[in-house]
Amino acid sequence: MRIRTYCQAINEALHEAMARDDKTFIMGEGVDDPKVIFGSTAGLQEKFGVERVFDIPLSENGMTGVLMGAALAGMRPIMTHQRIDFTMYAMDQIVNHAAKRCFASGGVQSVPMTIRAIVGRGWGQGPQHSQSLQSLFAHIPGLKVVMPATAYDAKGLLIASIFDNNPVLFIEYRRLYEETGDVPEGYYTVPLGKGIVRSEGRDVTVVAISYMAPETLKILPALASAGIRVEVIDPRTLKPLDETLILDSVRKTGRLVVVDTAWRTCGMAAEISALAAERCFPSLKAPIRRVTLPDIPTPTTQALEKIYYPGPLDIARAVCEVMGMDGPAIDKVSEHIRLDAPAPAAAPQFVGPF
Amino acid sequence: MVTSELKKAMFHGMLRLRRVEERIAILYREQQMRCPTHLYIGQEAVAVGACAALRKTDYLFGTYRGHGIYLAQGGNLNSMMAELYGKKTGSTRGKGGSMQLIAPEVGLLCTSALVGGTIPMSVGAALSAQLRKTDQVSMVVFGDGGTEEGVFHESLNFSALKHLPVIFICENNFYAVYTPFSKRQGVDNINDRAKVYGMPGVRVDGNSVMEVHGAVAEAVDRARRGGGPSLIECRTYRWLEHVGPNDDPYRPDTELKQWKSRCPLAQFQKLLLDERLLTESDISRMISGIDREIEESVRFAKESPFPGPEELAVGVYAS
Repeated sequence: MRIRTYCQAINEALHEAMARDDKTFIMGEGVDDPKVIFGSTAGLQEKFGVERVFDIPLSENGMTGVLMGAALAGMRPIMTHQRIDFTMYAMDQIVNHAAKRCFASGGVQSVPMTIRAIVGRGWGQGPQHSQSLQSLFAHIPGLKVVMPATAYDAKGLLIASIFDNNPVLFIEYRRLYEETGDVPEGYYTVPLGKGIVRSEGRDVTVVAISYMAPETLKILPALASAGIRVEVIDPRTLKPLDETLILDSVRKTGRLVVVDTAWRTCGMAAEISALAAERCFPSLKAPIRRVTLPDIPTPTTQALEKIYYPGPLDIARAVCEVMGMDGPAIDKVSEHIRLDAPAPAAAPQFVGPF
Repeated sequence: MVTSELKKAMFHGMLRLRRVEERIAILYREQQMRCPTHLYIGQEAVAVGACAALRKTDYLFGTYRGHGIYLAQGGNLNSMMAELYGKKTGSTRGKGGSMQLIAPEVGLLCTSALVGGTIPMSVGAALSAQLRKTDQVSMVVFGDGGTEEGVFHESLNFSALKHLPVIFICENNFYAVYTPFSKRQGVDNINDRAKVYGMPGVRVDGNSVMEVHGAVAEAVDRARRGGGPSLIECRTYRWLEHVGPNDDPYRPDTELKQWKSRCPLAQFQKLLLDERLLTESDISRMISGIDREIEESVRFAKESPFPGPEELAVGVYAS
């Protein structure tokens, strides 16, 4: 085991890709500033030089066009946003241009570019610094959307994204940055479009996206003690989605809960629910449940933030409900979870400001 | 110094553009070219003068009014015509149409239906040349409307910051669809925008191919030698409506008349006849050669197959 944080894994992926291919370069607001994107771009400029790792003006749309132009001219560029909210400035270049180029060129051209974007959470990030916008991008043909949940995947998926020949939105979850896991040394990839079963079970399938995957894993002991064996699927890539993995699991368990970091309406949870409803309805033994954010912008104050985000208890409740458990039984599971996994309202690693 | 050969070549290029567009305007009425098509008649001096300063190994970007630079840079006429007819043999196999022509083999990497969209891409291509330490330059042609988009300013700023080899060419035809320049910008000083970002900016008569070429050649030369970006405003006028083959009934007649009296093609023709570089019979020969080429391209386009249903999902993602 080689234990590294999610953030270190991202940093290693960038080092590996830059060393492997001199057509790669990294640009973004603050990539070489003293905070180096929460540490994720540390040491890169020192190693690869100011020409290949550089800060940029606050021109997100224009600089995304620069990224795309460089990619069209044969480079393999990487852009970094400290907050995914900043990508909204660049929707014209991402959606209208980069996503269309391969198709509109008759398949002749490709746009191998990676956009790293970080979803903030906690410490009062509030309405404009903590949006989880994956479904906006996943809606668009021509884009790939990746959301790693573990350190291992963060490294392997980022390398795979950089060497993919399409525009890839690589969406990181800030709260995972300090999570640790086994991260092998050197170059390796995790294929895009392939999900993974995080835990096998035969009663309920829980498809859990990004941070919600580790959140779901926390409740497994409590559910197991109630006799519920949960199959946890981390899709890892949202576009293209590993439909086969999800459908095979739902056919086996007959029950589905989808847990997303994002809002409810038109979100990935809706998409995955529709997938199961359309493709394996006869296998379903209970209505599908979604666990998502409410359709409300993120509040800043901690008093509201702590009731805003769904957590392990909400996921467990949804699982119990699709299992047809009654109120007292659900309460018992909830109590177990409260003891196992206290609500992480104030994660200790978060010390402001950040 | 512009050689006689180059002058003749530029005249041929402009004449060819004019006749291609005039032919398209006629054929368009058959309703077989079923894509928005923005004709270039009246603006030929800009594309021809500018592209004559480029190499095929340079980079070029443009707009939905892209037939001019596509042909001037050496894009294949048959492929363009087939694209207008939505055929499989088109430059983008019928996927992009007139507004998204490309010819990567001669450096034309992107044109866009969305105003200003390709301006920052040209900067990215220039950045790639700088990173790879080649002497390529990158040129982008956009309209006066493009200068109202944020990416125009973002692109000027970044290219000046990095001394990138970009030539920004604003083809100011004074209209955004039906809206005149005076309703959209408070000051008529597009070329001056260059100064505030720290690059040379000049204004030229966009109906004079010699002026356009002179200014662009100077900017290209400077960029190639590491002197950074330039902005060139070429003032010109489109003769037809914003989109399609018809006259524009919404602009003052006097305005069109005045611009037509300064027809870029007729002016250049007179110059070359006066300089005795061309004779009337040379021109007749050129016309018949061009017309043969056009008719061949129309035949090619009409006879080409449409893409089959199996082509629908091709190219959404690159492999």
